[in-house]
Amino acid sequence: MKKSYQAIVIGASMGGMEALKMILAQLPDNFSLPVIVVQHQMRDSDDFLAVYLNRHCAIKVKEACAHELILPAYVYIAPAAYHLLIEEDKTLSLSVDLPVNYSIPSIDVLFESAADVYGESLVGVVLTGASADGSQGLKKIKAYGGLTVVQDPNTAEAPKMPSAAIKVTQIDHILPPDKIGVFLRELTNDEG
Amino acid sequence: MEDKQLEAFEIDCLLGAILLRYGYDFRNYAQASLKRRIHNRLTLSNLQHVSEMIPRILYDEHFFSEFLCDMSITVTEMFRNPEVFKFIREKVVDKLRTYSRINIWNVGCATGEEAYSIAIILAEEGLLNKTHIYATDYDNQALAVAKTGIYPANVMQQYTENYLKAGGRQSFSDYYQARYESAKMKKNLREKITFANHNLMQDGSFAEMHLILCRNVLIYFNQTLQNSVLSLLRDSMVHHGYLVLGDKETLDFSSVANDFESVDKQRRIYRKKRLR
Ligand SMILES: C[S@@+](CC[C@H](N)C(=O)[O-])C[C@H]1O[C@@H](n2cnc3c(N)ncnc32)[C@H](O)[C@@H]1O
Repeated sequence: MKKSYQAIVIGASMGGMEALKMILAQLPDNFSLPVIVVQHQMRDSDDFLAVYLNRHCAIKVKEACAHELILPAYVYIAPAAYHLLIEEDKTLSLSVDLPVNYSIPSIDVLFESAADVYGESLVGVVLTGASADGSQGLKKIKAYGGLTVVQDPNTAEAPKMPSAAIKVTQIDHILPPDKIGVFLRELTNDEG
Repeated sequence: MEDKQLEAFEIDCLLGAILLRYGYDFRNYAQASLKRRIHNRLTLSNLQHVSEMIPRILYDEHFFSEFLCDMSITVTEMFRNPEVFKFIREKVVDKLRTYSRINIWNVGCATGEEAYSIAIILAEEGLLNKTHIYATDYDNQALAVAKTGIYPANVMQQYTENYLKAGGRQSFSDYYQARYESAKMKKNLREKITFANHNLMQDGSFAEMHLILCRNVLIYFNQTLQNSVLSLLRDSMVHHGYLVLGDKETLDFSSVANDFESVDKQRRIYRKKRLR
């Protein structure tokens, strides 16, 4: 029997905007899972990224609000200067806090809390970036039985982040960005 | 029992112990971030299981006060989201001017930067003399810093930029004395602010406010505690008093949504309706 997934988390840093656009543009507007994203941004960025991606994608993209209920067919983007976490009742939670891995939002913070909530029903994706953020989180996702996907470092604008993730944990799929969206779509089609 | 379940059970026991021993109900905090903090404290204290914290919490008050510091996330800055302060200066201050005395409550003031920011705005608008600012938090260590009004000199550059974006009319350096590595806020600002301990989990109302700033505090609470705090704030303000929330917070789904009207949606500024 195929495993069924409940959520996808994606972490991206330098070069992430284009990679995200490529991936999210391949998801349909009735996609059966929620997608929760941390993209490192400048501290004083507004919701430009969510607005931009929403314009270019069929699936609905919005900035995450505190206490918002997580719904399928939505992409939630972490706001600048807040950590984004997931609560047991499948709501989003935000926190003003110290940076983790020099970053707020931090990918590890999102991934670790998502692993706690979704366990083996979670898909974690680490994309391009010049940071090591995300690798500990991805490791936890794997340890809890979730699926791990990393952008092929050779295709990344900044290979450090995907390479760091590959180094610390077992990765199920290493893919170029133009294949990741299709891959995620097929994952949901195979459900049940 | 799985490890994960076991740990959830241990956290329940820990929070229960804190409630019984100290009366603080952290079960009403957003659990994901709370759990992260508990784990950090576990590592720092060289403990392996959450349950090992329980005897420490029960018998060692110093350990509990450290735990409280971990839980209160006191990250803050001056003129955070400067456009909010600009809006207060341009649109709210004129309404405040009509009162003979002005009370302001800065809820969850952390180390005080926000309270000094609002004091500076009122000073520049010529209202500070008839204003009193109550700035409260439940973290005594943060309040101690707030009372001294001393901040590291290296953040002043950033605060100066924020001050200017907030429509600052003078030189920001007029408001503090620079000394070596630090900057001390001037006395005329400090004496207008009362920093005091107030715990939103249990303490009540203490004055009638004309403006309340409660920013980036509700994000740590669950729906139940948010609603009880929001009711407290509503009941602590005059009709048509102003309420300012954090950048990503809203009254939309709260139990007091109908008691307020939105003044500026993007800047999260609300005004209390006249209630019957
Ligand atoms: C992130 S800070 C916000 C500081 C400031 N308002 C700002 O927006 O920059 C959150 C503050 O809420 C305080 N806090 C949390 N729970 C509280 C409670 N139950 N009662 C009073 N203050 C509380 C914390 O101690 C902390 O100082």
